[in-house]
Amino acid sequence: MGIVSPGFQGRPRTAEPALPPGQYLTQDFPVLSAGPTPRVPLDTWEFVLTTETGAEYRWSWDELMGLPQETPHVDIHCVTHWSKLGTDWQGVSLDTLLDGVDTAARYALAHSYGGYTTNLPLDDLRGGRAWVAHTYDGGPLPAEHGGPARLLVPHLYFWKSAKWVRGIRLLTDDQPGFWETAGYHDYGDPWREQRYQGD
Amino acid sequence: MAVPTTGDRVAAPLTWRVARLVERRVETPTAQTLMLEVPGWPGHRPGQHVDIRLTAADGYQAARSYSLAAPAEGERIAVTVQRVPDGEVSPYLTDTYAEGDPVEVRGPIGGWFVWRADETAPVLLVGGGSGVVPLMAMVRARREAGNRAPFRLIYSVRTPDDVFYAEELRRRTRDDQGLDVAYVYTRAAPEGWRGEPHRIGLADVNTHGWPPDLEPLCYVCGPTGFVEAVADLLVGLGHPTRRVKTERFGPTG
Ligand SMILES: Cc1cc2nc3c(=O)[nH]c(=O)nc-3n(C[C@H](O)[C@H](O)[C@H](O)COP(=O)(O)OP(=O)(O)OC[C@H]3O[C@@H](n4cnc5c(N)ncnc54)[C@H](O)[C@@H]3O)c2cc1C
Repeated sequence: MGIVSPGFQGRPRTAEPALPPGQYLTQDFPVLSAGPTPRVPLDTWEFVLTTETGAEYRWSWDELMGLPQETPHVDIHCVTHWSKLGTDWQGVSLDTLLDGVDTAARYALAHSYGGYTTNLPLDDLRGGRAWVAHTYDGGPLPAEHGGPARLLVPHLYFWKSAKWVRGIRLLTDDQPGFWETAGYHDYGDPWREQRYQGD
Repeated sequence: MAVPTTGDRVAAPLTWRVARLVERRVETPTAQTLMLEVPGWPGHRPGQHVDIRLTAADGYQAARSYSLAAPAEGERIAVTVQRVPDGEVSPYLTDTYAEGDPVEVRGPIGGWFVWRADETAPVLLVGGGSGVVPLMAMVRARREAGNRAPFRLIYSVRTPDDVFYAEELRRRTRDDQGLDVAYVYTRAAPEGWRGEPHRIGLADVNTHGWPPDLEPLCYVCGPTGFVEAVADLLVGLGHPTRRVKTERFGPTG
C-alpha cells in the first residue's frame, strides 16, 4: 500500500469488475496520440506484412474486407490509467493474416500512417489475441481512434494497438517503437503495470 | 540528468516518490497551482508530466497525469490542476489536499511533447483551457535559459476569469522579448477585445501563428476536440505533421 493521502477516499466504489492495478473505469473513449490525426482514403489504404527476409504480403481495403471477420468483445487498458470494459470491434485476426506467412521472426514492429511505430513479440499477435480492426461499436472506426483501421491487442496497454496501422514488419531482433524509445515499457502488460522502462 | 527522451533510452525504473504540498496558488476559481516538494527529483524538460497517485486509508489508489507547469526549483515542482466536476482526483487536489500532506509522484514522463531549450526555431504554442500548462512550462523555460527563439502562444479560454497565469503572462509579454500571447475567448470576451466569442478557427491560427515556411515547431495541448481541430488547421495551412506535436487531456466530450 502507498502513502495515505489524508482525506482521500476515492470515488464511491461498488463491487467492480477486476481492473488491472492502477486503472480506473471510464465510460467515454479518451484520445491520446502524438500528433495530428492522419486521414487515409480507403482507395489508397493498404496493409503490408513484411518478413525478416523482405517478403511482402499486401492487402487492399477490399481484400481485407474479403477475409474472414471476427467480432472481439474486449476490455482495453490505457497506460494513462483508464480502462474501458466490454468494447465491441470488428476486424481480421492476425492469425488469418499470418496464415501461410513463412517466418522465423520473434518480434514485430507495427507501423502507421503518420509515422508511428510500436513493437511487440510476434507471439502476442497470434493465438486469437490481436486484430486489424476497422469497426468500433457497430460503425466505421473514427479517424481520431485510428480509423480506417488500427491494430487491436487488448491484452497489452493500448499504445501497442497502433492507430492508422499500415503494416507490420517481422524482425529477428526486438526494435523499440515510438513510445518505447520515449521511456515507455517494451512489453506493456497492464496486469503487471509495465508502464515505463524498468517497470 | 536521467530523463527519458526519444533517442536516448534509459532503463532506470521510475520510482514513486513521496511529495508534499508546500504552497498553493489560486489561478482561477476552479484551478490551482500546487508546489510540491519531491525529495530526489531528477529534473525535467518543459512539456513532460508526472503521474500523481492518491491512496485512501483502505488502500484504494487512484492515479492521474499532470503536466509540469514550470522548470523545477531544486526539488520543487509545480503542477496546475483544473477542478473537474465529479472528478475523482482533481477535486481532492484542489479542495482537500493540505499543506504538508503527502501524495505520490512518479516522473518525469514523456519524451515527445517537449521543447528543448537549445532550439532556435520559432515556436507556436496553442493551448485550450488547462492545456496551457505544459506550454507555460516552455515559456518559463525559455526565459530561464535565456533562449531568444520567437514564441507565440494562442490561448483559448472560456472567459477572461479562466485565464491561468494571467498576471505573469502580462508581465512576460512585456519583458520576455520575442514572446507574443493572443487570446481566443469562447464564451465571454473582455471589454475592448476585437471580435465575438468563438471557438478557435483558421483565422486565429493564421493571424497569430507562424507561416509554415518559417518552419516553426508547433505544440498543441488541450481537450481532445480542441487538439483535433487545431492540429487539422495547422496541417491544412501546410505545417508538416512531424512538426505538430500534440497532447490531449481529458475526455472525448
Ligand atoms: C499527459 C496528461 C497531462 C495532463 N495534464 C493536466 C494538467 O496539467 N492539469 C489538469 O488539470 N489536468 C491534466 N490532465 C488531465 C488529468 O490527468 C485528469 O484527467 C483530470 O484532472 C481529471 O481527473 P479526475 O480524477 O478529477 O476526473 P475523473 O474522475 O477521471 O473524471 C470525472 C469526469 O470528468 C471527465 N473528465 C476527465 N478528465 C477531464 C478533463 N481534463 N476535462 C474535463 N472533463 C474531464 C471524465 O470523462 C468523467 O466524466 C492531463 C492528462 C494527461 C493525459
